[in-house]
Amino acid sequence: MFDRISAIRSLGSKIALSAVVAASLVVAACGTTSTPTANGTTCPSTTSLSGAGSTFDAPLFSKMFTEYAGISCKVQINYQAVGSGTGITQLLQQTVDFGASDAPMKDTDLAKSPNGAILHIPVTIGAVAISYNLSQVDASTHLKLTGPVLANIFLGNIKFWDDTAIAQLNTGTTLPHVAITVVHRSDGSGTTGILSHYLTAVSPDWSSKVGAGNTLNWPTGVGAKGNAGVASAVKNTAGSIGYNELAYVLTNTIQYAQVQNQNGEFVAPSLDSAKAAAANFTNIPADLRFYIVNAGGAGSYPISGYSWVLVYQKQTSSDKGQALANAVWWMVHDGQQFSAALSYVALPANIVQKDEAQIKSMTCGSGACYKG
Amino acid sequence: MQIPIETSLNGARGRVRDWITQSRIRLRVETRRPANLAFRALMLIFVGIVILIVLGITFVLVSNSWLSIRTFGLSYLSNDAFDPVHNTYGVQPAIFGTLVTSLFALIFALPIGIGTAIFLVDYCPRRLRLPFAFVLDLLAAIPSVVLGLWGFLVMAPWLQNSGEPWLQKHFGFLPFFQGTPHGLGLLAAGMILTVMILPIITAISREVMLNVPTSQREALLALGATRWEVIRHAVIPFSRVGIAGGAILGLGRALGETIAVTMVIGNQAAPPSANLFNTGYTLSSVIANQFGEATPGIFVSAVLEAGLLLLIITLITNILARVLIARLGRVRAGGVSR
Repeated sequence: MFDRISAIRSLGSKIALSAVVAASLVVAACGTTSTPTANGTTCPSTTSLSGAGSTFDAPLFSKMFTEYAGISCKVQINYQAVGSGTGITQLLQQTVDFGASDAPMKDTDLAKSPNGAILHIPVTIGAVAISYNLSQVDASTHLKLTGPVLANIFLGNIKFWDDTAIAQLNTGTTLPHVAITVVHRSDGSGTTGILSHYLTAVSPDWSSKVGAGNTLNWPTGVGAKGNAGVASAVKNTAGSIGYNELAYVLTNTIQYAQVQNQNGEFVAPSLDSAKAAAANFTNIPADLRFYIVNAGGAGSYPISGYSWVLVYQKQTSSDKGQALANAVWWMVHDGQQFSAALSYVALPANIVQKDEAQIKSMTCGSGACYKG
Repeated sequence: MQIPIETSLNGARGRVRDWITQSRIRLRVETRRPANLAFRALMLIFVGIVILIVLGITFVLVSNSWLSIRTFGLSYLSNDAFDPVHNTYGVQPAIFGTLVTSLFALIFALPIGIGTAIFLVDYCPRRLRLPFAFVLDLLAAIPSVVLGLWGFLVMAPWLQNSGEPWLQKHFGFLPFFQGTPHGLGLLAAGMILTVMILPIITAISREVMLNVPTSQREALLALGATRWEVIRHAVIPFSRVGIAGGAILGLGRALGETIAVTMVIGNQAAPPSANLFNTGYTLSSVIANQFGEATPGIFVSAVLEAGLLLLIITLITNILARVLIARLGRVRAGGVSR
């Protein structure tokens, strides 16, 4: 009875779809599940999925899921931007179908899985810009900084803007004798995670004193909540330095620095330089849990990192598993087109390939969830 | 100043005695009627629900923070930060920040609030009373997140550029105003909390003062007391308990206030000192900041222990406050009316 109803419903939705959407789109979207399933329909009967996690992903996901609800099998995806840590907790408690995190899960968290392996599927890339407020320096000049100098600033070792360490990198720019106020995130954040992994990679001092993680015990500065909080605090505080997601410096009138990469180039953060870092990064582990900070290669911006969708490899409901696999497949392919407009970096081709393999490894009952 | 109100008091005693006798009779009648019994049972169930909720919350807090309590023990109270990288968690600066900002707020809001209430009740031209009271209620109605935004975007930059340098220049010899002004910090948080608890204290003080019997005021005026003496010897002694109650409600709000404080306190653990320019932390802002990214296990447990501590601190201040009120009440009964 239910099968018939859902069959009729999906047939109806397909007719409606073909009336408004180009035929090719229908083929591309619903065509992926054209192999007849047990109940004889082409779309899974699941029409809603839920996810929770990263707030960084939220604007992109919101756009993606609005689009996704209008095409394909009309699946509604409800995403709660509760923070990466809570997203992982909810995934482990199996209260959501997928999690989203700006940091890969730790081994200890993976071990808590009640249902076998959890897959990491990179879904977008974030870059972290070093923002500052120094009215004495022209806005078009992007101060040059190296990793060790940044670490010393954030450690509180470099206290004034005209310190020789900074001045040496910026010959030709007159730096004022203004005290540096470090502004950092007060809440745990993937942005902090990417920055601290970078600083850990380039500075032994930072590595031993502070370390890497989404929540840090900062040695100095003031804490502001959220990316917007840090951006406003930097704007309001003369002589301050902070760090923000790329989108915040591209859309706000806020000064930002060029950072030296492994090749010795000073690179300004941008969608292109972050994508270059991702594309140039070669040493990719099989489970896709990795940081791309301090990437080499020409034009790579060194402070960037992935954000992941987290799913159980073994899906308990094969119908829902199928819908989930379809949705994630769409996110890493067609969904990427919405990245640039929202200042997110689209996935490079080599990662999309690896994502495909991950999605294909999801199992629903005896077969694969994804039937593309 | 003694007030001869024996006669009115005897009258009151008589009324109380009558009321008790009547209640006893009513109770005997009521218990014989089923509808009344059902109503009683219903009320009992409601009370039970409230008690269950409180017990449930306490149980969940204790059971979920048990891992952290067992792992860190008392060092949780003395460690100075949440450091998941090195797996140490502690709330010492947060406890300090919670108490300092709340006390700061109480110290400033109490005189301003009482003063405003006295003005509204005794000095304010009758025509302006209503508009003033309305503005006061409006202040209470401002959502805390809006106050926080104002504090963060307007007050903190002003403090950094003008307020704190001025304090440092004129009062720099005090231990409170040292170091670099950041704008964000304990001072900003204390000021925001002052604004937030001011309307509560004022509104309650005003209500209590309005209830001072006219006979008391008139008695004093008849004795040739000035306006100030009326306030000093009739209004304030009569309203003491009520004002203390208002102060406690205000303190409760200050201790638990989360979002506005989180926005302006700087959220950076500095070692406890008298310096109000320091950035700080409160227990509730620890929870607000850390909960989203807290990974399952010891981190979540440590966050919940902060919640448990906040509950305990609130409980202790409430008990202390009740003791204080009870004592104030006794002083009044023994001192003024006899």
